[in-house]
Amino acid sequence: MQTFQMVGISLFFSVIIGLPMGVLLVMTRPGRIGSNPFLYQTLNLIINTIRSIPFIILLFFILPFTKWVVGTTIGVKGVIVPLVVYTAPYIARLMEQALFEVDRGVIEAYEAMGIRTRDIIWHVMIREARPSIVLGLTIATIGLIGATAMAGLVGGGGLGDLAYRFGHLRYEAEVMYVTVLLLILLVQGLQVLGNRLADRLKKDS
Amino acid sequence: MKNVSLELKKGEIFGVIGYSGAGKSTLIRCINLLERPTSGRVVWNGVDLSTLSPRQLRETRRKIGMIFQGFHLLKTATVYENMAIPLKLSGVPKEKIRERVEKYLAVVGLEDKRDDYPGQLSGGQKQRVAIARALAHEPEVLLCDEATSALDPETTDAILELLLKINEEFGITMLLITHEMNVIQKVCDRVAVMEKGQIVESGPVLQIFTSPAHETTRRFVNSLFQIALPRSLSRRDDSGRLVTLFVPSSVGETFWTQISRRFDVLPRLLSGGILHLKGQTLGRWVVHFTGEEEEVNKALLFLQDQGVRIEGVMLHAERNRQIS
Repeated sequence: MQTFQMVGISLFFSVIIGLPMGVLLVMTRPGRIGSNPFLYQTLNLIINTIRSIPFIILLFFILPFTKWVVGTTIGVKGVIVPLVVYTAPYIARLMEQALFEVDRGVIEAYEAMGIRTRDIIWHVMIREARPSIVLGLTIATIGLIGATAMAGLVGGGGLGDLAYRFGHLRYEAEVMYVTVLLLILLVQGLQVLGNRLADRLKKDS
Repeated sequence: MKNVSLELKKGEIFGVIGYSGAGKSTLIRCINLLERPTSGRVVWNGVDLSTLSPRQLRETRRKIGMIFQGFHLLKTATVYENMAIPLKLSGVPKEKIRERVEKYLAVVGLEDKRDDYPGQLSGGQKQRVAIARALAHEPEVLLCDEATSALDPETTDAILELLLKINEEFGITMLLITHEMNVIQKVCDRVAVMEKGQIVESGPVLQIFTSPAHETTRRFVNSLFQIALPRSLSRRDDSGRLVTLFVPSSVGETFWTQISRRFDVLPRLLSGGILHLKGQTLGRWVVHFTGEEEEVNKALLFLQDQGVRIEGVMLHAERNRQIS
């Protein structure tokens, strides 16, 4: 269904952009290996700005940009751009949170063993943060689903569109209820899946 | 840190002791350049570490192992993986990795824990894994940053025994920093005392223990001896002399009995203890001599000739903090 398409593709691109941003947010902090105050402040600024705009407004706000990137403003393609622009900074913040919690001592120990920084990022930071990353992505995905439903209003199709066209326009309330029910089940399922996966990755005891 | 100069001899175990904030952590981190000194050089085997390229520095760091107070293991990896991952990332070939992991796990005595996670291990076991992890790179030097400070006394002892064994078996030079004197006592050959960023005293362990010169050093040495001389004893006799004798094992065993035979004095042993240092012992006795001043002096001079160091004792409550 269209919803899965929209969520799936948007999630993919959001992670590709958001995860490295999250890594940078941690690394460029003062006192860390890749400390770069200018880059840090700039990233912060960009992310905070985007995050302050409610999705529904962001959608319209960047219409010209969307058109420029994918050539259209409606349908699945048209909706992915605003979804990614919206979700990537959100994921960046969640990743930053997850990575930030990794014990700095372990990072120092690996430095002392002469391991390359890029290996430390992958094999220490991201690895140790795995449970938190999974939980973060779960939250982000659920948020993304919500945003996607809203995007349905802009002609993106999917559940939101369904709910709007049948539920609102035609007053076929049952359709709307079923849609909401489906959404609830989807979100619940995702959250449970996320929690279980995070638990298995934790291995704390 | 100010004006710190240290020289480590190959194969020795060198201790640095100081209270919190004395600069020990900074010092040890300068050795593998985890922190860069603002001036001065770190020279290892003739190479100035600050002149190395990042890649050369990484290679050098593999020859300088380090263990920490907080162990710093990967929580999401098994003991085996904790050792294997750094080896893999250092470019050790696959076949060799298994060999090394098994070998060094055996050295620290944890072969049966190879599939456990750190969360399932005790503090002492975690530190053993950390030691094995460092050893697997076959370093020439091992830096120990308060390695036993988070462990209970028994476990501390076990870890120190392990370090001694490693030093003897593999000839690895070690630098330990600690705030616990019993660590220095048990394993170190030489020691430096740090305070407020400077080294205030340094030398062979026996020498520092027998003749501590600096105030801080004395406090540390005294912390090892429980010299709780009851007040009643100190108030008893104003005649005669109350002294503290430091008796290294090099002094023969019969010197004590010879005193009353040769000189007209009555020695009374009030309190004492024997410290077992690495490879030698040090006795510390608080003795009261009754007798005429001249005879007592002769006796004390005799003791000194035998190699015993003598200190007068202050006769009040300050005693436990400072002997001078």
